Amino acid sequence: MTKALNGEEVAKKITKKFPGSIAAADKAAVVVTRKSLYQVAEFLKNTPKLDFDYLTNLTAVDYTDYFEVVYHLISLKHNHSVVLKARCYDRDKPAVPSVVSLWRAADFQEREAYDLMGIIFEGHPNLKRLLLWEGFVGHPLRRDYL
Amino acid sequence: MLDIRCGGIISEMAIRTEPFILNIGPQHPSTHGVFRMRVTLDGEVVVDVEPVIGYLHRGIEKLGETRTYTQIIPLTDRLDYVASMTNNFAYVLAVEKLASIEVPERAEYLRIIMAEMMRIANHLMAIGFFLNDLGAMMTPVLYMWREREKLLDLFEMVCGQRLTYNYMRIGGVSHDIPEEFLPALKRFVAEMPGFIDEYDRLLSQNEVLLARTKGVGILPKDTAINTAASGPVLRASDVKWDIRRADPYSIYDRFDFEIPVGTVGDCYDRYWVRMQEMRQSVRILEQAIAQLPEGEACAKVPQLLRPPVGEVYGHIEAPKGELGFHLVSDNSIAPYRFHIRAPTLINMTALKDMAIGWKVADLIIIFGSIDVCLGEIDR
Amino acid sequence: MPLKEIDIAEGLKINSLMEASQQPIPDPDKWLDEEIRRNVLITTVDYVLDWARSRSLFPLMFGLACCAFEMIGAAASRFDIARFGMDIFRWSPRQADLMIVAGTLTWKMAPAVKLVYEQMPEPKWVIAMGACAISGGTFRESYSVVPGINRIIPVDVYLPGCPPRPEGLLHGIRKIHEKIIRESIRKA
Repeated sequence: MTKALNGEEVAKKITKKFPGSIAAADKAAVVVTRKSLYQVAEFLKNTPKLDFDYLTNLTAVDYTDYFEVVYHLISLKHNHSVVLKARCYDRDKPAVPSVVSLWRAADFQEREAYDLMGIIFEGHPNLKRLLLWEGFVGHPLRRDYL
Repeated sequence: MLDIRCGGIISEMAIRTEPFILNIGPQHPSTHGVFRMRVTLDGEVVVDVEPVIGYLHRGIEKLGETRTYTQIIPLTDRLDYVASMTNNFAYVLAVEKLASIEVPERAEYLRIIMAEMMRIANHLMAIGFFLNDLGAMMTPVLYMWREREKLLDLFEMVCGQRLTYNYMRIGGVSHDIPEEFLPALKRFVAEMPGFIDEYDRLLSQNEVLLARTKGVGILPKDTAINTAASGPVLRASDVKWDIRRADPYSIYDRFDFEIPVGTVGDCYDRYWVRMQEMRQSVRILEQAIAQLPEGEACAKVPQLLRPPVGEVYGHIEAPKGELGFHLVSDNSIAPYRFHIRAPTLINMTALKDMAIGWKVADLIIIFGSIDVCLGEIDR
Repeated sequence: MPLKEIDIAEGLKINSLMEASQQPIPDPDKWLDEEIRRNVLITTVDYVLDWARSRSLFPLMFGLACCAFEMIGAAASRFDIARFGMDIFRWSPRQADLMIVAGTLTWKMAPAVKLVYEQMPEPKWVIAMGACAISGGTFRESYSVVPGINRIIPVDVYLPGCPPRPEGLLHGIRKIHEKIIRESIRKA
């Protein structure tokens, strides 16, 4: 069985290395601040006991006050998983650092989040619309579209 | 640089070449759907591949936010339209995890029987069209379609539909199987290994297949893990990761089956892994039919289900890879956010790695061996 | 980068096609008047020509989504479409005269459909197969789906179903045969 790691324990390990990077943590997920997302992701990927080398899923959810980007990570070697989240409170130009250089699986999924939600991923080599055409006005999956 | 000898004088002529962008457009003979590739070619060698998708984007994720949990089940059918049962399965599994609903035993066994039958049907189609891309015009397709039609007849006996079934419900399946289903399925399971041997004899040692697919489009192990490939594409690159074994859902831990793993990660390995998976699916079907208990086909679930506030990510091993549903609920009759993790969109990330350096004809085969379904990529 | 300009140009084409297709194109029904205005000689020639045309249609494979698999099922050995003379599915529109649009049409794909339709030589017929091609189907309220292909091209036969069985497609093809028989040589 893939063991879903307890978010609070993972948060303790992260705070030891990068103090001040955790915004919230509960049993299910770890929420980090926008600015420290890339370092935390790198730490989770490269640390020997954690070894999260497989990015299963990258989504974005629009809670009307803020956008939340959700990352589901799995380690194939140890067979455990964790959920990482980052929030951005800007409504006009929400921006989050891109993790494409760590896991190439994020390539198309970040483009899709940009296309449908309007979240800008800083550092992505080719951020343009994926599913809709160039010239489409708006971001359809936002709660205030239509 | 070309040197021309004319009458004893050697002169050097520099021929200028420039790369050429070829558009393999949305309507093309490789029946994988409306997919477009912009290929940069140097002569006939591929230098860069850029996939352009979105020609079948129907907005299923947005439509899901305006429908109740049960009304979304027919929408999920149309995602990977070749293997609809497994789409339904993944979705109802995610909702049951969110709302903590218990499923009766008989329903679990029926679901696994349908899922494994669907896996065989999907792999038949995948191998048939892969060989179609190679140039064996319609012969393997017609052979494989003969078995697929038998499976579609069995599905029609159960739920009345040949392609988009809408059979699973939250808490079980929509109705129990009729009496003539089990004898027909037993006959099919008894004769299927003979047919797979026939395909093996016809195809696996074929000279043209070996020459054109051995060593072509290699996906190395690290790239496969880094680009989060899943399903037969990942297992062909020597990574033994199958969600039915690593994170068993439903009652897969009661069955005894093996996980075929390739060695190199070329097109031949992907074809070989799919052939072996068909044999393992027949094994699971035999065990499931023998152990099928009596009981109810569906648990009692309210018609307008209101799951508690929270979010869940439920994933299964679909025939094409790892299909996952990420659901966020706010205790109302429709989900707040409904996201689909499509296996073939992510498998396609590695297309560029696999195709650079090969010729145009090899590019078509490499793309065919990933086995995409556009309904899932574009949603 | 030239690719970026291609994207922008195509986006403008899609937007302008969306503006221009707000009303459905009326179905071709001139064949209804032809019955009345016929004289004897043309009738016999008409009949032979229409019979030959209808029994040797070359279909163009335009499978977009799930209905494409029922179309392939109709072409396979169980529900043989070759017994109606439509053995080879043509991939090039220049060699085809029947276009079977099977599946959901989105605005991004619409200019391609219009281009392929215009590349087909006259006389040509169109079958709209499946609920999505007729009216948008279950995806009608979506932001990117064309509500029926008759916004973009004129349609001769509508075939309901989600997806229609292969026998349903064969029924639709029989209806096209009946329509062709009633058309006059003056149409071409």
